[in-house]
Amino acid sequence: MKVLLSWLREFAPIEGDPYELADHMSDLGMAVEDTRILDPLEGVVVARVAELRSHPEADRIQLVDVEVEEGDRLQVCCGAFNMSVGDLIPFATIGTVMPDGMEIAQRKMRGELSNGMCCSAAELGLGSDHDGIMILPQDLQLGTPLMEQLGLVGDVLWDLEINPNRPDAMSIAGVARDLAAKLKVPFEIPDWTISTSEGSEDTPASIHIDDGVLCPRFAARVIRGVTVEDSPLWMQMRLTLTGMRPINSVVDVSNYVMLELGTPNHTYDLSLVPNGHIGVRRAVRGETIVTLDDQERALLPDDGVIVNEAGDPIGIAGVMGGASTEISASTDAVLLELASWQPESIARTSQRLGLRSEASARFERGTDWRLNVNAVERFCYLLNHISSDGIDVVGEVLDAKGDLPEVPPVPVRTSRISMLLGRDFESEEIRDLLVPIGFDVATTDNEDVQLVTVPSFRPDTETETDIAEEVARHYGYSALGTTVPRSPDAGHLTTEQKFRRAIRQIMIGTGLIEAMPNPFLAPDDVAKAGLSIEDPVQLLNPLAVEESVLRPSLLPGLLASVAYNYSHRNTGVKLFETGAVFRNSGDSAALPDEHEHLGALLSDSDAFAVMGLLRELSSALKVELELTNTDDLPGLHPTRGVRVCIAGTEIGSVGELDPVVAERYEIEDRCAWLELRLDLLIEAATATADNTYEPVSTFPSSDVDLAFLVDEEVQASTIEATLRHAAGVELQALQLFDVFRSEQLDEGYRSLAFSLRLQAKDRTLTDEEVGAVRQRCIDAVETSHKATLRS
Amino acid sequence: MSVYDQIAQARSSAIGEIEQVDDMESLTALEPMLFGKKSTLGSLKRLMSEVDEAERAEVGQALNQAQTDVRDAHTAIKERFIAQNRRFQLETERLDLTESLAANKRGHLHLVTQTMERLEDVFVGMGFTVSEGPQAETDWYNFEALNLPAAHPARSMFDTLYLDLGERTEIGDGEGGEATNILLRTHTSPVQIRVMESSPPPIYTVCPGRVFRRDTADASHMPVFHQIEGLVVDHGISLTDLAGTLNEFTAAYFGGAIRSRLRPSYFPFTEPSAEFDITCVICEGDGCQTCQRTGWIELGGCGMVHPNVLANCGIDSEEWTGFAFGFGIDRLALMRYGIKDLRDMYTNDVRFLEQF
Repeated sequence: MKVLLSWLREFAPIEGDPYELADHMSDLGMAVEDTRILDPLEGVVVARVAELRSHPEADRIQLVDVEVEEGDRLQVCCGAFNMSVGDLIPFATIGTVMPDGMEIAQRKMRGELSNGMCCSAAELGLGSDHDGIMILPQDLQLGTPLMEQLGLVGDVLWDLEINPNRPDAMSIAGVARDLAAKLKVPFEIPDWTISTSEGSEDTPASIHIDDGVLCPRFAARVIRGVTVEDSPLWMQMRLTLTGMRPINSVVDVSNYVMLELGTPNHTYDLSLVPNGHIGVRRAVRGETIVTLDDQERALLPDDGVIVNEAGDPIGIAGVMGGASTEISASTDAVLLELASWQPESIARTSQRLGLRSEASARFERGTDWRLNVNAVERFCYLLNHISSDGIDVVGEVLDAKGDLPEVPPVPVRTSRISMLLGRDFESEEIRDLLVPIGFDVATTDNEDVQLVTVPSFRPDTETETDIAEEVARHYGYSALGTTVPRSPDAGHLTTEQKFRRAIRQIMIGTGLIEAMPNPFLAPDDVAKAGLSIEDPVQLLNPLAVEESVLRPSLLPGLLASVAYNYSHRNTGVKLFETGAVFRNSGDSAALPDEHEHLGALLSDSDAFAVMGLLRELSSALKVELELTNTDDLPGLHPTRGVRVCIAGTEIGSVGELDPVVAERYEIEDRCAWLELRLDLLIEAATATADNTYEPVSTFPSSDVDLAFLVDEEVQASTIEATLRHAAGVELQALQLFDVFRSEQLDEGYRSLAFSLRLQAKDRTLTDEEVGAVRQRCIDAVETSHKATLRS
Repeated sequence: MSVYDQIAQARSSAIGEIEQVDDMESLTALEPMLFGKKSTLGSLKRLMSEVDEAERAEVGQALNQAQTDVRDAHTAIKERFIAQNRRFQLETERLDLTESLAANKRGHLHLVTQTMERLEDVFVGMGFTVSEGPQAETDWYNFEALNLPAAHPARSMFDTLYLDLGERTEIGDGEGGEATNILLRTHTSPVQIRVMESSPPPIYTVCPGRVFRRDTADASHMPVFHQIEGLVVDHGISLTDLAGTLNEFTAAYFGGAIRSRLRPSYFPFTEPSAEFDITCVICEGDGCQTCQRTGWIELGGCGMVHPNVLANCGIDSEEWTGFAFGFGIDRLALMRYGIKDLRDMYTNDVRFLEQF
């Protein structure tokens, strides 16, 4: 929302430094995104086009002779062709510094002298129109400074960001009201009533509201003697500066009133509305209308329509008028519509039809129905004022009412406002802050309670809490001060959260780098990664099909990340990630299954690298992991993978990536892969976290080394488990220290050598005791497994 | 030759021998000739019995002195050899320590994780707990409970990604009080609702996490990003408590020179609502390009928890009041290191990740 200081001043005597005023508006919740003090544009003057000649050497520029003084011509080269001889244009003389900092100098263009520059509105910072040179009205005086002629010297243009709860601030008058209250200066909407034409004929129009919810109020008026012409420069400038494009006098007045009062309006060619009758109702399914842009639009029952006497739609309420009643150059009588609409209906219709406009933006937030008649008056006043032959307003303002909102006064407790805002207010202070912004405040028998009536231009304000915000806004958020509340408990992370951090530290301690790949996948990414997940969760409205699947595993994302690095010659990268993965729960009304996973992808590493990582995790978290060599784990090397369980519950798998998968991603090295249910891992770690401790034995220990020939079918971990069990309480440490394969050994067997350290807590073990443990271990392994002691 | 001359001769010949030796081995080989019974001085000792009684003490003394001199000479040269040997040994062990080959490097946490943990730590220090919740959410938790019923115009503030869970639903539908749409949370506010539903006040918690918007990726937007929100519900919580808490956080996280301020704003879930700005971290308030010469940069949104939100969670808004705030984590990370493009954080190029 752009506002101009000179325009605000028509409602309140606003004075002050432009930047301080900007701070005030920001403090009121109308955040100022830009403050522009209009450039005086010294050196830019009004000039006349005296002659147009073609450039002898160039097609894209022409030679223009301009007159800054009668009879005194200057040759200029110009790239625009929109002006005619006799037009008045803005002309930047030599030495002028343009708003963008460029200094105008005498130049030669393709051999021809150019003694200045003809300017477009955009070049002067007066709008966005780059299309051609700005053509000025003929009544301006030749040679005079342009900005003075435009009445814009010293004016300030602010660009405000208006929040959805501030329909009032979507107008010049509304911004002026808020700012005037802050500056403690009076605010007034002037009286614009103009007298009706003589003879006081009856108004040749009528309005019927069928749906009072859709349309709380519909004001209208008939205007005759309308001449569609150009609007005056001052109006064109205000519209241009505030972001509207001048069209003609009728359209410009319509837009001007909308910007000024926040009341969008519409004009019909009265001759095209049979008997001047207008009705308002909801559309019927199957109904269509051709709108002003000549598009045929299908309507839905929720849409509001304006219909003629025959019941045929002639406009979509609050969104766009119909082509059948459009005003044209030959229009003489106009029916002016100034209606209020149900905001939700306008929002839905404009969104569905893709017809968002300045008007619909205002209707969506809610316009001030109390202002409709004033706005009609303002429209007539302005059009009369700017029309070369004036206009005739016919009859009274028609004022049809639907269901006008009834807003009961809100009881407001001073004590409650004080508590919410953290400052002790007096009831009078609250009143004095609210009254200047249009609220009515009445005392009650209860000293603490005042009755606050909310003005019609603040439909968002409904409750005591909403009013607290108004009090805070005008008192000043910063002026309220600060206090710091204290939690009765100490702040802390949960045990689970601490474990998550610990796990991340373990990962980086082993040299892994944390990545954050995109959790959205393309439909074939799952299969490409070698996974077989039947029905991953899909997005209903993805931005692109490449991002339409919610990851069911961390593998595809980390693979893409490693592949990205390989393609940039960063080989041997080792990445990990913790994050949520999703699976369909099978119940379309329930949330999908969502679990936090830990994934690690180590390129240029074999399976044992990732086993080391797994052991780190297991020992740091004191969680016992059960490992089972398993063929054909999805995505994993068919003969180098292990399934990981905790107490019989599967929590994931680790191993080497299937070489086929690595090849698909153009990763030329072996890769090790780990993916675990982080939530289950942390749950297990939390469950085993205890405070027990084993005193260190001071007695000597004895080492026993045992090497077995073990069938390849038997997992080393099962031998280890058997040894651990057989050795009993005196086992202090057990370690596989050598694996040996050789043709000298029995076929299908390999040698596994374990080292056992035995120690008792209360005595030195005798040779006999150590020997007994040794024998127990040998017997247990030999009887339980296909294994024999190597002699 | 007198006995004294013999002693002197034996002494100087022994010392002479010692001085001839040029390594430890030869010295060791020489030792029996110097100190043993067969050494010259040793054989002179045997002559003591032939010396007159009267002279014996004097001769003995001379003999002892000679022996001491020989020992001293021996010790001196032995020490020299030890020192020499050590020097030689150390020289053979010389290393160029800059020849170290690539070794295992410590890894790196992602910049977003580091920032998130830093933020959590500050809030934990201020007495907050850290709460978490699912990223896939129901329409109720993400919108309705937050005072954003279906068709609320402010819903357009959140470009939402919906999940297709078999039963196709019209986007944004959820009318009739029954919110069946499942979506990817657009903020971490649903966690606030879950906390308020499940634990009675007082509540002092922050909710960090991943959030989603239907935004095309560019230098300052990603469809997937991270937020942290705070929630306090207690007796007598006021707008000044919010301002004070944010001030304390700002000083703790950014440093004492950085302040915060509130400006009125609008959010459906808070009333009064505010934007909160912090002193520009680049110019510390003097005004620069980053802050568009205002001296302030916008950090996030906040406000007093809307009474409807409290009511939706079964909390009596007359007895309890609260405030909430939220801001983006990714942007803080960018700001801290002056990273220009948000997308750089998500390419997962190790040359980027290793810098943090």
